[in-house]
Amino acid sequence: MTLKLGVPSKGRLMDKTFDWFGARGVALRRTGTEREYAAAAEGADNLEVVLLSANEIPRELAAGRIHLGVTGTDLVREKIPLWSTRIADVAPLGFGHADLVIAVPRAWVDVDTLDDLDAVAAAFRRRHGFRLRIATKYHRLVREFLRAEGVADYQLIDSQGATEGTVKNLTAEAIADITSTGETIRANHLKVLSDGLILKSEATLFAAKDAQWDARRLRAMEALCARLDVERPSGLRP
Amino acid sequence: MSNRADIRREAEAVLERFRAAGAELVDPDILQPAATLLDLYGEDIRARAYVTQDPVRGELMLRPDFTVPVVQAHMANGAEPARYTYIGEVFRRQEAGSGRASEYIQVGFELFDGRDPVAADAEVFALFAGILAPMGLRPAIGDIGVLRAAVDALTTSERRKDALRRHLWRPRRFRALLERFGGRTPPPPTRARLVEAARSRPAAELVAEAGPLVGLRTAEEIAERVEALVADADEPPVAGPEIEAIEALMTIRAKAPAGLGRLRDVAVDLPGIAPAVDRFERRLEALAARGIDAEALEFEASYGRTTLEYYDGFVFGFYAGDRPDLPPVASGGRYDALTRVLGAGRAIPAVGGIVRPELLHLLGGLPR
Repeated sequence: MTLKLGVPSKGRLMDKTFDWFGARGVALRRTGTEREYAAAAEGADNLEVVLLSANEIPRELAAGRIHLGVTGTDLVREKIPLWSTRIADVAPLGFGHADLVIAVPRAWVDVDTLDDLDAVAAAFRRRHGFRLRIATKYHRLVREFLRAEGVADYQLIDSQGATEGTVKNLTAEAIADITSTGETIRANHLKVLSDGLILKSEATLFAAKDAQWDARRLRAMEALCARLDVERPSGLRP
Repeated sequence: MSNRADIRREAEAVLERFRAAGAELVDPDILQPAATLLDLYGEDIRARAYVTQDPVRGELMLRPDFTVPVVQAHMANGAEPARYTYIGEVFRRQEAGSGRASEYIQVGFELFDGRDPVAADAEVFALFAGILAPMGLRPAIGDIGVLRAAVDALTTSERRKDALRRHLWRPRRFRALLERFGGRTPPPPTRARLVEAARSRPAAELVAEAGPLVGLRTAEEIAERVEALVADADEPPVAGPEIEAIEALMTIRAKAPAGLGRLRDVAVDLPGIAPAVDRFERRLEALAARGIDAEALEFEASYGRTTLEYYDGFVFGFYAGDRPDLPPVASGGRYDALTRVLGAGRAIPAVGGIVRPELLHLLGGLPR
């Protein structure tokens, strides 16, 4: 009868997550050999730590296979339809800040806003015979954003990595990607549209509303939240 | 689904009526080439259609509607005038949580006849109204042709009109453009600075200065648009009364005769829309001649603007008055622009519509 907490299995995200919990009196640490994906928690009762790829944590939360999980807001919103009915924010963790933005070549002096992008997309389609390509892995978020903003005549091209390079490689005209400092965007001769911010993302502790929440687990959650000094989220369904 | 057979029976009853009206039955493939639909509807269709992959034929879509394949079949070997009907499943991805079916039967009727568009509009509407009469539905009509005519009638550059015409189906951007062209919202400061710089220096220089040019879009294309922005900055704003006339037009929502009166009021400030308003009036007459109580029709000038980029003239829908949560039981309209795109410039005037038999069934069904 434990609460399962999904934590990113490697790198800075894992370290910072451990730090965040540690600072609140819940010590998370890896167990076993260095390469074994196992971890334990001290300072909180009935808490089981599961190491997962950060990409998979949204899916595991949505399925209710873990009660709590640490991942980026961007992934939760992209990967989980109707996320707010299924996932509750418990606490932003203050790291992993990144913005999902739209960027175009810096040499496009005539483009600074979505209005410009839309006008250029129309002209581009007339001239080149196909829709202006935007490379991204955030299909849902980008499409919803551009639809709400009334941008037309574009198409999304799937890019799972090195997205900033697609423009130079002539596989896209613009990109929509996550950036924290903007350095990669600048290094690839791109610039962010002034109104092209789609989402501000941050590593966040989420709770799965549809996980098994019996009375004992709810009590454990109550105690954990008190310990972490965060409010217990509402909407956890027993 | 246990009521599938019942829904099918409703659909077949409607199909019989369409055939009795002279329509030839067509039976397009369920798998349609995705490229055509994507080119036509844009990225939005990807969010609404099921896309699948064939190793040989490439990206395919489960048909989200029948219109495109029917138009293509007609263009390939049809003679005018032609009437077609069809029956079968269509597939739409629905917003999560909307509760709407992602697979349902449509039965439809399409009329290709360029001789008298107004008469063709009335024929299609009257056919649907006749079939659906026992259901006591509330019909609504619109006319995107009037809105298009209003844009055409503005005293401004073709470039601005093109931009507005392109966004007839995206009300929010349309409004933003209108405000900009009317001088109500100032251009963003970055645009003002660019225009200022471009007055004293060639655009090519500004481009070269901004950084290495990556991607397919050429310096020439950028320079062209910079010139267009300078020209636009020098153009006077669209006059206030014209903007107000379009705004007034978009909000018209009244019984058809009162709606016609308000369209005539708008035509005082935008005389260019008079032919489109005359056409609207002739259509009401043609509807009355077919026994429709045109006086009772609800007219909404913005009706049909938020559907897929599709209808560009007469539009109609039939609603269950006491069930505002339901989509229209039947809907349709004129889509000459779509045939122009599919025909690579060769337009075939076309008007048609579909019935959703599962809603007929839900509302008690057509009398046997």
